[in-house]
Amino acid sequence: MIELDCRGQKCPLPVIRLAQNIGRVEVGDVVRVLADDPAAANDIPAWCRMKKQEYLGSPESDAFEVRRLN
Amino acid sequence: MAREAWLAALADGWADPARLYSAGRRAQQLSDAARAAFAESLDVRPDEVSFWPSGTTAAQAAVLGALAGRARSGDTLVHSAIEHSAVLHAARRGKAVEVGVDRLGRLDLSAWDTAVSAPGVALASLISASHEVGTVQPVAAAAGYCGEAGVPLFVDAAQSVGRAAVPAGWSLLSASAHKWGGPPGVGVLVVRKGVRWISPYPQDDLYRPGLPGSVDLPAVVAAAASLRAVQADSQAEAVRLSALVDRIRARVPELVPDVEVVGDPEQRLPHLVTFSCLYVDGEALLHALDRTGFAVSSGSSCTASTLKPSHVLEAMGVLSHGNVRVSLHRGTTEADVERFLAVLPGLVERIRREAGM
Repeated sequence: MIELDCRGQKCPLPVIRLAQNIGRVEVGDVVRVLADDPAAANDIPAWCRMKKQEYLGSPESDAFEVRRLN
Repeated sequence: MAREAWLAALADGWADPARLYSAGRRAQQLSDAARAAFAESLDVRPDEVSFWPSGTTAAQAAVLGALAGRARSGDTLVHSAIEHSAVLHAARRGKAVEVGVDRLGRLDLSAWDTAVSAPGVALASLISASHEVGTVQPVAAAAGYCGEAGVPLFVDAAQSVGRAAVPAGWSLLSASAHKWGGPPGVGVLVVRKGVRWISPYPQDDLYRPGLPGSVDLPAVVAAAASLRAVQADSQAEAVRLSALVDRIRARVPELVPDVEVVGDPEQRLPHLVTFSCLYVDGEALLHALDRTGFAVSSGSSCTASTLKPSHVLEAMGVLSHGNVRVSLHRGTTEADVERFLAVLPGLVERIRREAGM
């Protein structure tokens, strides 16, 4: 798992960082995004749906986990 | 048309309609004529129509006044998750239950049925069609459940009046003149006979829904004239604009990669289309389009005073950044739409490139 610290960044920056870094993990592995922009909780799951990745949920506030599927 | 009516009403309707001198009586006649015209346009009785300084005040008066009128029956407002923020702000005054929508922005009717049937519900509120994504709501079915539960329904019809018919069955309805191409500063509220409504404001003795004080009568007269004019060819105009919206809905995803067009593709307003572009700052795109002559709106957080994303896009679970809402109007031509489709891909590409995508 890798962790991207995007706290303090406004949307769409956390989603851009996620897209740029998802390729750094193997298929099946997880990227954890730390983001405190209020749009992140909506836009990270929406990105997963559009890009066919798996949204695993938010294990704690301002943290979002995504599993690479492709 | 609205402009001519406004100028004529300025000449003849400047006086206070409540006064008994002849200029006041002329103003009263104009006010009555405007009320009768609205009643005919909306297919209601003239004494059910009241004028407000905006669609926002009319909607908030509907919610607060109907809640007050039903205080003996309950204290809870049931509303959809995609109401206009004017209604949501009024909802925060008391107890409220929110009913969700699906990915296309359609009301969850089964949850609505459950919510309005619960004890203690004073009022239900449903927008006629989403002002952000255009999805038309199942007003007739929602009104049916309200009827079974004995709960009055308020319909915020700002997006529909002048463009499409609103199904019957509601108890209160509000609209906004500038949304149908009339002057700004005129809201209309209809409270059907038999619906208890208590003013949220201090009220005079003439007890009837309305804001205390004078209305902007010339603007009200112009609003009535403009509604009549737009209704005369609303069907033809809806067909024309709807075809242009279909073109935008089909072409934008072909021309721009990673775009999500949102809202119901069929049960939708004729003139409104919304899409979100991945990796794009909505504010940057809005300004870029503005520089090329296109005035669009956005539900992205960076364009909102609150810096929060649109509650409508969130309720639907669709992408909120890079969001663009295009509203077509009477002056919009096919050539305008083609030019929009020609400039959009380059603008999105440049913003993405600058962001490193």
